[in-house]
Amino acid sequence: MEFGPHLLLATLEGAVTAAVLALTAVGLSLVFGVMRVVNIAHGEFYMLGAVIAWYVAHMMGGHPALGFFAALVLAPLLVGAIAVLADITILKRLDYDPERTIVATIGLLYIIQQLTLMTYGPEARPVEAPFNTRIALPWFEWGEDGFQFYYPWGLSTTSYKLAVIGAAAAVLLGVWAMMARTKIGLLMRATQADRDMALAFGIPVERVYALVFGIGAALAALGAVLIVPIQQAHYLMGADPLLLAFIVVIIGGLGSLPGTVLAALFIGLSDGIISVFFSPTLAKILATLLVGLVLVWRPQGLFGTRTA
Amino acid sequence: MTKLINGTTRRGALKTLAGAAAGATALPLWARYAQASSSEPIKIGFQQHSTGIGAAYGRWYGRTTDAAVKLINEGGGINGRMIELIAEDDGTDPKRGAEVVEKFATQHNCDVGFGTLFSHVVIGSSPRAGELKLPYFVVSEGHHVASGMLNRYTLQPGITDVKSQVQAMAPYVSENLGKKVTMIFPDFAFGHDHRDFFSAAIEAQGGEVLEKIAIPPTETSFTKYFPQIPRETEVLYHVMVGPAVLTFVKELGEFFGPSSPAIFGFIDSLEAVDIASPGLEFLEGTYFWEGNPRYAQADQTEHDKFFRAAVGVDDNGASVSDPTDVSTYAHMFGCWETLHIIKAGMEASGYQGTGDRAKLIEAVEAMTDMPESQAHPQGAKVFNGKTHQVFGHQYISRVEEGKLVRVHTTSIEDTLYPDEVDYTTQPL
Repeated sequence: MEFGPHLLLATLEGAVTAAVLALTAVGLSLVFGVMRVVNIAHGEFYMLGAVIAWYVAHMMGGHPALGFFAALVLAPLLVGAIAVLADITILKRLDYDPERTIVATIGLLYIIQQLTLMTYGPEARPVEAPFNTRIALPWFEWGEDGFQFYYPWGLSTTSYKLAVIGAAAAVLLGVWAMMARTKIGLLMRATQADRDMALAFGIPVERVYALVFGIGAALAALGAVLIVPIQQAHYLMGADPLLLAFIVVIIGGLGSLPGTVLAALFIGLSDGIISVFFSPTLAKILATLLVGLVLVWRPQGLFGTRTA
Repeated sequence: MTKLINGTTRRGALKTLAGAAAGATALPLWARYAQASSSEPIKIGFQQHSTGIGAAYGRWYGRTTDAAVKLINEGGGINGRMIELIAEDDGTDPKRGAEVVEKFATQHNCDVGFGTLFSHVVIGSSPRAGELKLPYFVVSEGHHVASGMLNRYTLQPGITDVKSQVQAMAPYVSENLGKKVTMIFPDFAFGHDHRDFFSAAIEAQGGEVLEKIAIPPTETSFTKYFPQIPRETEVLYHVMVGPAVLTFVKELGEFFGPSSPAIFGFIDSLEAVDIASPGLEFLEGTYFWEGNPRYAQADQTEHDKFFRAAVGVDDNGASVSDPTDVSTYAHMFGCWETLHIIKAGMEASGYQGTGDRAKLIEAVEAMTDMPESQAHPQGAKVFNGKTHQVFGHQYISRVEEGKLVRVHTTSIEDTLYPDEVDYTTQPL
């Protein structure tokens, strides 16, 4: 394939990765920003979203769109509810102690993963996309007849992949609006800024925490529902998104939503482009190297604010 | 209410039980089976990929193995002794695999180890089996047994190896599909076997491999690799493993759209996946290697019928209790056949216990022809005692109306190649 079409294809693939990554990482960043909890089980909430999407789509029957849209609503709600429950029963009892919550969420990771293996099984199962048309993309060249369009071999995407990018952007705008424009967003920001002061002003901090943990998990689940028609629901699928989400959150700045989104775009696109032109391993090496550099030179992340 | 009959109390009964148990524990080991070795079970350690990337295979290897053990035990066991299966999960992980083998030999006191599939796990576990002198019967397809890389205690008598499989495919591919091939394969030992042996075999047929595209086995997204496929490719040769195989095949279809080259795949790319899954329509008319035809063919043998019924697989290759639970039909027969070979080997050598392990190895090495039978439902085979590798028929199927229909069966001669090792010269 020629360079131009090749680059376009790589960018498109990278954009899909970036879109889902942004949702997952924003969830992780929100939980850390407000609660100061490093949620190692975040990838498993992502996996649960995909698995529940399969169950919902499987039980609905009928037109694939019906099952998919039902899953789009139900899976994040259910996963959010599970996360709220985990917050009330586990994290709250640990007083949100940073070290102990890390150990607790590692335990949660294995519990969710192995329970899924025992019930759902080891197979990778597909959810049918609500719509999925192959779109051949044109490319242009200056030939003997001047400027002209043609369709290079293999340069294509699908309508569904484009929709994933759009949907992720819409959800991220929604999250921003919630944080910046609603009362609950205000309460979250107040809790993030100073937990004790918020408590003194009568903000029900524990309920805010439960809600934030639920929303964080629901965002991961939403990302998974969007990706599951492209990839499949599998009980080990949570590992990669967790790693990438951590990379993104560290680069973007823990707790900074705009930083997280920008870092997700950067990592997703560079992963797509570097793996196409060089190798997927190099893409991971460079991302991890960047994390190291950020931690050394700017530990609060590119967009984070230095804590006093 | 508890009624006291003949003065038997709960406490008294417990005392008696405890006494009996203590007595039994105090007896020397041999005395528990005092009526001769005949009642002590034969312990077969089953190294199973219950978790990790091989889990879908592990589940079906488990079902096939259970069915074969049940059949053998119902028929009177081995030398009149029942088989006791001891399954241990290796997580599809080489390090864990070696530990599992060690547990079989030292902790469970197994007579043999059995059942490993993924080549990196076999390569990681086999040296330990050799050191512990535990006969290790793998069901892996890898060329590592016949290449001489392993040891005298490792045998592969129930499934053919990649080298013989791809060598037998090359003539069909070059005559019917095309001579300019691009290969896509997983980047580990199993995929490298495909790369090396198919490249050599297709060149022997006057063809060439234009590009070799290696994909990490844990990859989940594939479109980014496909632009490396050269435009002049006539045949795309694909073989993938792991949980993302369905994504791989779907994205392949989306990449090519209506203008695809001929496609020849190893069914590994779709093991445990329904061919009728959404997005796989483009596979219609493409070709697959199958170790054993997943769909019951028009000329199905009585042995295949019996095997399907015993394992619980329907005519479409899925579980009889759940049609969405598709089997790994092209591979799992290897467990069934290997267990029958262990039985035949133990009976031929008059196997009594772990002291006779060397005699068992020699008895299996002495095997040659294995005619098609209930013990060998996939077809006739020929075992090479020197290389510890079995050779057999290979099948090529074409997707027709969403089902795999067999279009070609290779001879066993097509799959033979010169010996690369003589394990019988190694000490036992």
